[in-house]
Parts: sequence; structure tokens; C-alpha cells
Amino acid sequence: MTQVRVLVGTRKGAFILTSDGHRRNWDVQGPLFAGWEIYHLKGSPVDPNRIYASQSSSWFGQIIQRSDDGGRTWTIPGGEKLPDPYGPPAGMSNKFVYDTSPETGRPLTTHQWYDGTQHPWEFKRIWHLEPSLTDPDVVYAGAEDAALFRSTNGGQSWQELPGLRGHSSGPQWAPGAGGMGLHTILLDPTNPKRIYIAISSAGTFRTDDGGETWKPINRGLKSQYIPDPDAEVGHCVHRIALHPSRPNVLFMQKHWDIMRTDDAGENWREVSGNLPTDFGFPIEVHAHEPDTIYVVPIKSDSEHYVPEGKLRVYRSRTGGEEWEPLTNGLPQSNCYVNVLRDAMAVDSLDSCGVYFGTTGGQVYVSPDAGDTWTAIVRDLPAVVSVEVQTLP
Amino acid sequence: MIRVVLPYHLRTLARVDGEVLLDVAGPVTTRTVLDALEARYPMLKGTIREHETGRRRAFVRFFACREDLSHESPDNPLPEAVASGAEPFLVVGATAGG
Repeated sequence: MTQVRVLVGTRKGAFILTSDGHRRNWDVQGPLFAGWEIYHLKGSPVDPNRIYASQSSSWFGQIIQRSDDGGRTWTIPGGEKLPDPYGPPAGMSNKFVYDTSPETGRPLTTHQWYDGTQHPWEFKRIWHLEPSLTDPDVVYAGAEDAALFRSTNGGQSWQELPGLRGHSSGPQWAPGAGGMGLHTILLDPTNPKRIYIAISSAGTFRTDDGGETWKPINRGLKSQYIPDPDAEVGHCVHRIALHPSRPNVLFMQKHWDIMRTDDAGENWREVSGNLPTDFGFPIEVHAHEPDTIYVVPIKSDSEHYVPEGKLRVYRSRTGGEEWEPLTNGLPQSNCYVNVLRDAMAVDSLDSCGVYFGTTGGQVYVSPDAGDTWTAIVRDLPAVVSVEVQTLP
Repeated sequence: MIRVVLPYHLRTLARVDGEVLLDVAGPVTTRTVLDALEARYPMLKGTIREHETGRRRAFVRFFACREDLSHESPDNPLPEAVASGAEPFLVVGATAGG
């Protein structure tokens, strides 16, 4: 019997929600890692029982957790003493050290601060974990301050891919209001050498050589809050998404504006169309319809809640420009929640399920591609991330 | 034996209840106590002291014998009462909301 497993990261722990293919009755497991901020959990596409979690705290820093049994039990990779003296060092799974080796060719020591001065890079946390499409032991991690790390041993140790931060524009990157996080990692299923990433507020970058070198792909983005609205970098990209069948087409929720590219990021065009506001955080693509996309418009960058007290997901079936509100089952009065950038996901059942979590602690599911919605849970801590696994 | 009291979240992480008892060879200092703690519980590396610099994390404090030792040199001898096991060495999360 088909099952869906929803992985929910919140400000105070993680939760796992499971249901059968009907998606009507749900079991709730959690809180896991109670009291810690869980920015993200994600399962391996090739081994769904392998799940990685980013656990962090302002007090005690970063922890990486891993489950090999679908979330029932968790371990800190390498967190136990290893009997083999030639094995990888223990207790290194939370060691995210920026590469300053001579091989990178530059010290990589500063980036732009809020006031325009230069500021040292400081590791704060892992925002996003992206397991490899082919190897369950390989996983990428997006960090704040913005950097891309990779583990090839199931999360026991991490190495930076320094070519990204070493791009000549690195010293110009500046944090957004939420910090300078590398929040999106998209792996091209047709080209293992190609990865897209997005950073707030540097913009979007692409590698075509497996992470050695990177190029900014922000042409067409316009941002009035930076000195040059058409600059190569400095755009506050909130989220990008692709459909695996068409990896050259990307959709973007920028700070303001919904954007689309049909040439792997070389050129972007705005597709906000008839949205009531084009500020927002998540953007997601239907599992089976590459031109059906979802966003959750937010009132403004000064008022981070849904407009008019109405929680509305907007769906475009035309790849942007034409949008319809989806409200059936969602609160349409006195609602003032936000939906964060990593808090929306889709399953891959025949009738595509759409899921999102709110800062008010609700996790909603639509088993019919957005036509109707119900709350799976209503009173979790503020939801930071939602991922879905579709299990056979 | 050196007695160490960890904050709730680090006890959970290390999967211990109550105090941790440690053998510390040589002088008993903040550094040698934390070295022994991390050797016993590798998952605590990086949670009390930063990986690269070994410095105390900003929101972590060290108390013992009713004194705040957070800003003492990590190589200063800890009070005799800690070295003898009469008093615990406290690792405390700074009070800062949450």
C-alpha cells in the first residue's frame, strides 16, 4: 500500500506525519530533537529510509542527525567512538569549516555586511540538506553564511565546495533580513555535473562541472532595493524549483516577483501576472505537470503574513502569468501566518498531493493538487520546512 | 573523579542522565575537563567549544563553586573542590530567551 511520509522541521523540534495514499488519516510522530531548531529534514531518493536532519541551536551550534530506518531511530553520524583507528574521525559531523586552503587561490575571508563594510565569514547553521539522486551516502548542505558543503560518507564529515564562495563576486554577497543562507540546492537529474543553488541575498548560481566552478545566473532579475537593480549578484532570491522532466526550466520566488527561465538560468522573465502580491517565500512544481506551479503570496516585505487575513495558495497551470487562488479548506478570515521558503512540497502519487506548513504551526495537505485542503496538524511550533516522501 | 553537569540539551545529545563522571589525567583545568568530556562523548565536539578555535561558544558559560569561570583562562587550575569531586563543574546555557 502506498504511503506518504511528511518530514516537518519546526522551531522546536521535528515531526513525522504518515498516511496511506488516501491522505485522510495521519499518524504524528514527534517532537524529535525536542527544543532544537530543525531547519530541514530530507530523505535520500535512492534509499528513502535514509533521512538527514539539520538540528541547530544558538547555544550549542550545529548537529547533523541521520536515520537509516525511516525516522524511527536517529544517530549522529560519527558521533560515537569508532573502534577503527584508521576510520574517519569521530565527532566531525557538525564540523563545517570554510575552506581557506592555498588550493582555492584566495583566503575567502570576508563578504559584505549590512552596512556595506566587509565582514568575516562565520558559520551559523545548515539551512538545507539535499541528498544525492544516486548515492545515499552523498549529501549536500547549504550553510549560513552562504557556502555549499558535501559529505560523501553519510554525513560523518563535510568538505566545502569552495569554488562557489570563491567566485569573484563573493566579497559582494550580503545577508538578507534572515541571514546570508544558502537555502536551495537543485540537482539536475539528467546531468550529474549540473547543480543550481540560491542564496539570500546573493542570487542564483549554477555549476556545470560538479561544483568546481560556478556562475551567477541572475540576468533578468530586477531588485529595486540594491544600488544597481540589474546587478549580476545581490538579488534576494527566496526559492527556486524545477520539474525533473524539464530541468532547464526553473521557477523562482524572488523577494518580490515570480520569475521563470527556460534556458537553465541564462535569462529570466517575470511571470507574476495576476497575483495579488508577488512577495512570498516558497514555490513548488506539480509532480506530473511541469507547467503547474504553486506559490503563497505574502502581503509585503514589511508585513510577513498573508494578505487580507486570507490564507490562499495560488496555482498557475500555464507556467506563470495566469494564477488562480486555492482556498477550499483554508482559513479565509483573521489568518496572519507566513509560509517559509522550505515549507512546501509535493508528493508523487497519481493525484499529486501538495503540502505546506505555516509559522502558526499548521501543516496542510491537498490530496487533489490544490483543489481542497485539510490541516494534518494545527498546533505545532512554527514550521520551517516540509518535505514529502512517497513510499511504495 | 571529576563531576560535570551538562545542560538538558547536551545531556539529551550525549544520552546521559544526571552528572557525568570523568577521569582527568594531570592538572584539572577547564581545557582538560572538556577534552575528557569530548573524548567520552564525541557528539559533544563543537557544541561547547568551537571546532576550529577551541573557544567557548558565545552562549555557553562555565560555573563552579558559585563562581563564574567562563572568562578564566582554560588552562587555569579549577577549584580544588572540583578537582576532588566535592563540587561539580557546571556547563550552562546562557540565559537568553528561547
